[in-house]
Amino acid sequence: MNMSTADVVEIVVKSLVIILALLTGFAYMTWFERRVIARLQSRVGPNRVGPSGLLQPLADGVKLMFKEDIVPAEADKVLYLLAPLVTVVSAIMAFAIVPVGPSVTLFGRTVALHLADMNIALLYFLGLGSLGVYGVVLAGWASNNKYALLGGLRASAQMISYELAMGLAVLSVVMLAGSLSLVDIVNAQAGGRWFILLQPVAFLIFLVTMIAETKRAPFDLPEAEQELVAGFHTEYSGMKFALFFMGEYIAMIAISGVAVSLFLGGWRGPFAEQVPILGVLYFFVKLVAFLFFFVWLRATLPRLRYDRLMHLGWKVLLPLSLANVVVTAIAVVARDTGFFGLG
Amino acid sequence: MNVQLLVFAVLAVTSVATALAMIFARNAVHGVLFMVGNFAAVALLYVLLGSPFLAAVQILVYAGAIMVLFLFVVMLMGPEPAPLWEHIPGQRPFALLFGLLLAAGLIVAVNVEKLTGVPGMMTQEVLERLGQPTALAQTLFERYVLPFEVTSLLLLIGMIGAVVLAKREKHELPAEQASREGGTE
Amino acid sequence: MIVPVSYYLVLGAILFSIGVTGVLLRRNAIMVFMSIELMLNAVNLSFVAMSRALDSLDGQVFVFFVMTVAAAEVAVGLALIVAIFRSLGSADVDDAHVLRG
Repeated sequence: MNMSTADVVEIVVKSLVIILALLTGFAYMTWFERRVIARLQSRVGPNRVGPSGLLQPLADGVKLMFKEDIVPAEADKVLYLLAPLVTVVSAIMAFAIVPVGPSVTLFGRTVALHLADMNIALLYFLGLGSLGVYGVVLAGWASNNKYALLGGLRASAQMISYELAMGLAVLSVVMLAGSLSLVDIVNAQAGGRWFILLQPVAFLIFLVTMIAETKRAPFDLPEAEQELVAGFHTEYSGMKFALFFMGEYIAMIAISGVAVSLFLGGWRGPFAEQVPILGVLYFFVKLVAFLFFFVWLRATLPRLRYDRLMHLGWKVLLPLSLANVVVTAIAVVARDTGFFGLG
Repeated sequence: MNVQLLVFAVLAVTSVATALAMIFARNAVHGVLFMVGNFAAVALLYVLLGSPFLAAVQILVYAGAIMVLFLFVVMLMGPEPAPLWEHIPGQRPFALLFGLLLAAGLIVAVNVEKLTGVPGMMTQEVLERLGQPTALAQTLFERYVLPFEVTSLLLLIGMIGAVVLAKREKHELPAEQASREGGTE
Repeated sequence: MIVPVSYYLVLGAILFSIGVTGVLLRRNAIMVFMSIELMLNAVNLSFVAMSRALDSLDGQVFVFFVMTVAAAEVAVGLALIVAIFRSLGSADVDDAHVLRG
C-alpha cells in the first residue's frame, strides 16, 4: 500500500469535486423537477427568483435553514439525527464508482475520471443500497410515532424487495462484461455495442427497480403518506428534512449514473476517447435524460398501491430477472464455446 | 509504526468495542446498530486481509439483510419490559467470568499452536490472485459445486419455513364457515 | 503478512468469547440470537485470516457458505421467535419453559 502524496491529493480533490457536484446537482434537480412538472401540467413553475427561477434552490435552502428544528419529546435523539445522515452519506458514496469520462492528462499525470475502480464496484453499489434502508427504518423508529414507524417499515420493505430484482438485472450485464467493475463494463461497450441493445429486458427491469429503490413515483407511497396520514419522515422539519430530500435526489443522480454506465455505454460516444471533455458531456447528457425520465414519470403516472407494488416486485420482476439471467448465461456460454454457431 | 498495523489496531478496537456495546445494550435497537458497526469493522478487516469480495458480501448479506431483519423484528416486538439479568441467581457474574476464562483459553490456544504453512508470502501477486471474485468463483463452482447446490436448497427450505411459521391463520367469518361446511369441497 | 495471523486469530477469539458471554448474559431472545451471529462472525474472521496465511481459497469459500447458511438460519430463527412471541406474549427466553402451546 504505497501511495505518493500526489495520489492522496488526487483522491481528496476528486472526492471534493464529487461532493460539490452532487450538492449542486441536487439543488438544480429540485429546480429542474419543478419546471418540468409545471410544463407538463401547462403551467410555468418557479420563475420569480432569478432568471427563470434559477435562484429558487438558493431561496429554498435559506428558508429551510431558518426553520425551527423540532425534535419530538420522547424521540431517540441520536438515532433521530443519524437517520437522515445515513441516507445522505450512502447516496453520496454510491457515486464513487461511476466513471464520468475517459482518462485525462492533468498536470503531467493520467487522471482517471472516477474516484475508485474496485473489482467489486457493483457489489459496493448494491451494498450501499442495502445500507440506505437503515436511514428509512431508523427515521420511522426514532420519531416515536407509531404511524411513522409503520411507514418506515413499509418503505424499507419496498426497498429490500426491489433490491433483489435489481441485483439480478445487474448480474446479466456483469455476465456479458465479465467484470463487476463499472469501468470495465463501460469499456466493454466500446464501438456502439451498448448493453441496452444486448440486454433490453435487464434494462427495463433495472429501470423499474431504479424508481422503486429511490421511492419515486409511481412507487412513492411512502412519501405520499405525508400528505395522507404519516410516513417515515413526518416528524422531521428544517435541515433534517432537507437532508432526507437531499439523500433522495442524490440517490436518483447516483443510480442514474450507474444505469448510464451499465446500459448506455457510460461516457462512450463518437470521438470521446480523443476529446475527454466530450466523454464527460455525453455522460452528462445521458444522465439528464434519465433524470428527465424520473420527473416525467412523476408528472404522468398515478401511484401504485402497496400490495400491487409488492406483487410487482416479487411475482413479476423477480421471476423475469431470474429468467433473464438463465437466458443470458446460456447465450454467454454459447458465445464462448462456439456452440449453436454463435461467437 | 506501519500503516497496516495501525489500521488493524483501529479496526480491532472498533470491533471489540461495538461487540461489547452490543451485549450490554439496554435498548435492543441500539444493540442491533452496534452489531451493524461490528460487521462493518469486520468487513474492513476482510479488505485488509486481501478479500474485498467477502467484505462486500459481508456488508450485503450480514449488515444489509440479516441485521435489517433483526431490526424489523425488534421494532415489531416493542420495547423490553423485563430487567436484563438475574433470573438464575449469580447468572450475571458467572457469565462474565466464563466469558473471560474462554477468552483467555482461546488466546493461549491460538498462540501455542505452531502454524502450519508459510506465513509472510503475501506478495501483491498473491493478493491479487486470492482476492479477485473470479478466483473465488472458480473455486466455488469447480471444487465446491455440490455444497453450493445443497446450500441453495437449504435457503429455499429456510424461506418456505419462515413463511409458514410467520403466517397467521385467517379468522373465518361465520358465513364463510357455514358455506364451507355445508357445500361440497 | 505485515500483521501476523495470530493477531487476527486472537481478535477472533476475543469476539467469540464476547458472543458466548452475550448468550449467557442476555434474556431477550433477539439479543441471544445476535450474540450467536457474533460468534459466527468471529469464526468467519478466523477462516479468512487462515485462508490468507495458508495461501488457499478454501477458507474464503467456507466463509461464503457460512454467511449463506447464517442468513437462512436467521430467517427461520426470527420467524420462530416471532411465533413464540405471539403465543407467549414475551420474548424472554426464561419464560418459554413449558413444552406446550
